[in-house]
Amino acid sequence: MKIIKQIGIIFSICWISTVIEQFLPFAFPASVIAMLLLLVCLLTGVLKISHIREKSDFLLANMAFFFIPAGVNVINYLDILKANWLPLILICVITTVITFAATAWSVRLTMRLLAGKKKGAQNE
Amino acid sequence: MSEVFASPFFGIALSILAFWLGSFLQKRLKSVICNPLLIAILLIVILLLVFDIPYENYNEGGAVINMFLTPATACLAVSIYTKIQILKKNWLPIVVGCAVGSLTSMASVWLLCRLFRLDEAMTASLIPKSITTPIAVEVCQSHGGIVPVTVIAVIFTGILGSILAPFLIRLFGVKDSMTAGLAIGACSHAVGTSRAIELGETEGAMSGLAIGVCGIITVLVSMVLL
Repeated sequence: MKIIKQIGIIFSICWISTVIEQFLPFAFPASVIAMLLLLVCLLTGVLKISHIREKSDFLLANMAFFFIPAGVNVINYLDILKANWLPLILICVITTVITFAATAWSVRLTMRLLAGKKKGAQNE
Repeated sequence: MSEVFASPFFGIALSILAFWLGSFLQKRLKSVICNPLLIAILLIVILLLVFDIPYENYNEGGAVINMFLTPATACLAVSIYTKIQILKKNWLPIVVGCAVGSLTSMASVWLLCRLFRLDEAMTASLIPKSITTPIAVEVCQSHGGIVPVTVIAVIFTGILGSILAPFLIRLFGVKDSMTAGLAIGACSHAVGTSRAIELGETEGAMSGLAIGVCGIITVLVSMVLL
């Protein structure tokens, strides 16, 4: 019964999110609405981690498995992959390095500015 | 003949078997290239092609598994919630880093797609490739991309990130664990995070937080810009 209840809670949130998605005037993914909704429920104390722990552990631990069908669908697009494999690989490699550098650099700068501000406040 | 494979149980059983085999191989070979999801996809695609089983038959079961993507994404909230203290304490560097990282990733993919003359559908499929698969798939779908191309690109990027992480940390002279964790999470989501956890506790926590924050930021940015 415990697990059924947890599935009930999580699926209800997902269902409410799909309803919200339909009523929003702009396109916003239901799964992200569900994530934000669940986060708000946890932060406000409406839900406790213990209400959903086992089910969410199961879903998070097996996340990769749920993507198999989405990936297998590639069978219908093999010609596209074959035609574009080199640009695809190059784009993935180049942008991964650039993204790493940009993130590291901006975090470093922000921390330096924060540290500088703190120092400034101490000197005053 | 095709009635044999028409039951939804066929697709579900095959997926579980393939994933189990993938996980087994990863444990045995201990290599990030042996990503269980990637192995499972490859195995199933080869099997369907060799035995000439229609994709529609596989997808009877595939659709059932696919349904779990929304609840699984929702549960990312749990992993953000358990790290909420770290997020509150360091919210500014985390938000700035993830925002800059997400924007850089999207902009660089867009530019390179133009450079390589890829079409609109291909560009839409690749733009969300640095974020976690469930959110990337949604971003791809809402902008007319090809979902399986996104899935493949996301996994490939994750594997790249986890292989390159130690090298990139040295190359860009990153000495702080928070910076390293955020950079890994921003460029290579959950697969990279599994590597970040090996590098250290702070690295792992920060990388995990970056998954959620970058995902949300990418959705917001893609809504406004695309």
